[in-house]
Amino acid sequence: MGAIDAGCLLFFGYPITPQNEIPEYLSKHLPPLGGTFIQAESEIASINLLLGASATGARAMSSSSSPGISLMQEGISYMAGSELPVVIVNISRSGPGLGGISASQGDYFQATRGGGHGDYRMIVLAPSTIQEMYDLTCLAFDLSDKYRNPAMILGDALIGQMKEPLIRQKPEKMDLPPKDWALTGARGRKPNRIKSLYLQEGELTEHNWKLYQKYERMKKEEVRFETVNVEDARFIIVAFGSMARVSKSAMELAREEGMKVGLFRPITLFPYPEKGLYDISKQVKQFLTVELNTGQMVEDVKLSVDRDAQVYFYGKPPGALPPPEEILEEIRKYYK
Amino acid sequence: MNSDRFYYDVIVAGFGGQGVLAIGNLLAYAAMKEGRQVTFLPTYGVEMRGGTANCTVVISSKEIGSPIVQRPHAAISMNLPSLLKYGPRVLPKGLLMVNSSLIDLKEVSRNDVELLAIPVNDIAIQNGNPKLANMIALGAFAEKTKWIGMPSLFESLEKVFDERHHGLIPSNIKAIEIGAKFVQSL
Repeated sequence: MGAIDAGCLLFFGYPITPQNEIPEYLSKHLPPLGGTFIQAESEIASINLLLGASATGARAMSSSSSPGISLMQEGISYMAGSELPVVIVNISRSGPGLGGISASQGDYFQATRGGGHGDYRMIVLAPSTIQEMYDLTCLAFDLSDKYRNPAMILGDALIGQMKEPLIRQKPEKMDLPPKDWALTGARGRKPNRIKSLYLQEGELTEHNWKLYQKYERMKKEEVRFETVNVEDARFIIVAFGSMARVSKSAMELAREEGMKVGLFRPITLFPYPEKGLYDISKQVKQFLTVELNTGQMVEDVKLSVDRDAQVYFYGKPPGALPPPEEILEEIRKYYK
Repeated sequence: MNSDRFYYDVIVAGFGGQGVLAIGNLLAYAAMKEGRQVTFLPTYGVEMRGGTANCTVVISSKEIGSPIVQRPHAAISMNLPSLLKYGPRVLPKGLLMVNSSLIDLKEVSRNDVELLAIPVNDIAIQNGNPKLANMIALGAFAEKTKWIGMPSLFESLEKVFDERHHGLIPSNIKAIEIGAKFVQSL
């Protein structure tokens, strides 16, 4: 829905649980709008169809889940190298390998560290409500166009399967640069070239520095996070996506017991809200990172906070989802 | 409900095919129609088709944090495995609704909760359509808890059911009413 409202009329994908609701919806709604829905023969075909569509300047997307996203990494690296704006949704499931279909946040490293080969980054947005699933999808299209860079929505099976009220209100579109780089037929102008191969001496160095500058600009301009009850907090939970919701309930339970607990929720996983966390860590010295994995984002939390802050971790491998009471137990353990 | 601030949650569980997700969906949709915050969290995938199925619905006056609930205010158990799994988790003084067509009440181990036993399969068969057992259960639950109004529940049917099933809406409404009447008669 967010994709359609962002003007995306092209989808390429291959089925996989737990994200099939997205292609199911788009396969029904794109064709009547004049769009195209293609169920390709594989994820590898999907991602390369996406590359081609994006090269023409059209807004296009794909969605998949963890093992499928792994298959797409080569294409994503090529698109990062070729500076192509696309949106990819990962409703992640549990791994490694085929793993299972239960919710997991085990793809944090893959999403935020590049995933494919080469020194690149993706814009990574982590919705924690259905409303944000919509809002951030719209935003992802704008950001990917603004930076000519792939953007990923990183959800999980919990966010992907639940239902919640949504207000469908198109956000204001950003002022975006014209896509004068797109392959639209070169009659009357110099041909455009989209490529990620740079063999001339110095050419690739220059290209990589250009990409680097782009990522640095994202860090300055695009960081987004939410804080709840940090003003008087003595203890902060850091969590993203589905686990941020469960943590929010745990925070409320802790407050009922008189513990001054706050919540810090990164919305952009890349660029990571390092400064937001650092600023808070000058006042608050206890942090508990909660993840549905055995410890990934906690590394970014440790890199961000002030040196004398304590960073604890509570994580779970895929399987049973932790209820708020379990996180409350952890807060009690460390809260001073 | 009438109070300005409220928070309720329920786990609905049974065999895949008993329509437990439909119960949860309709509860959630009706609550949304009434302007409530609501989350609906289903199990999915491997648990379909004959396995166990369950969903958690949270209805609240304010933004909902966790859609995962450890100790619910209420549970609807459509079969024995669901009772054994979720019965012990209902909060003290909470509501434990059991399908007494398929569950021997001797299996209920709680005496600190309100027990609502409804023979939903038998009622559905008596009224001519065994497939409507879940709607009997939904009507009984809605009448008992008053979390949502009947009109919003009826209006939700056409939103939750695919258009090709809209012909079945009148019989579903009737089944919900029968379930509600059964509770009134207790």
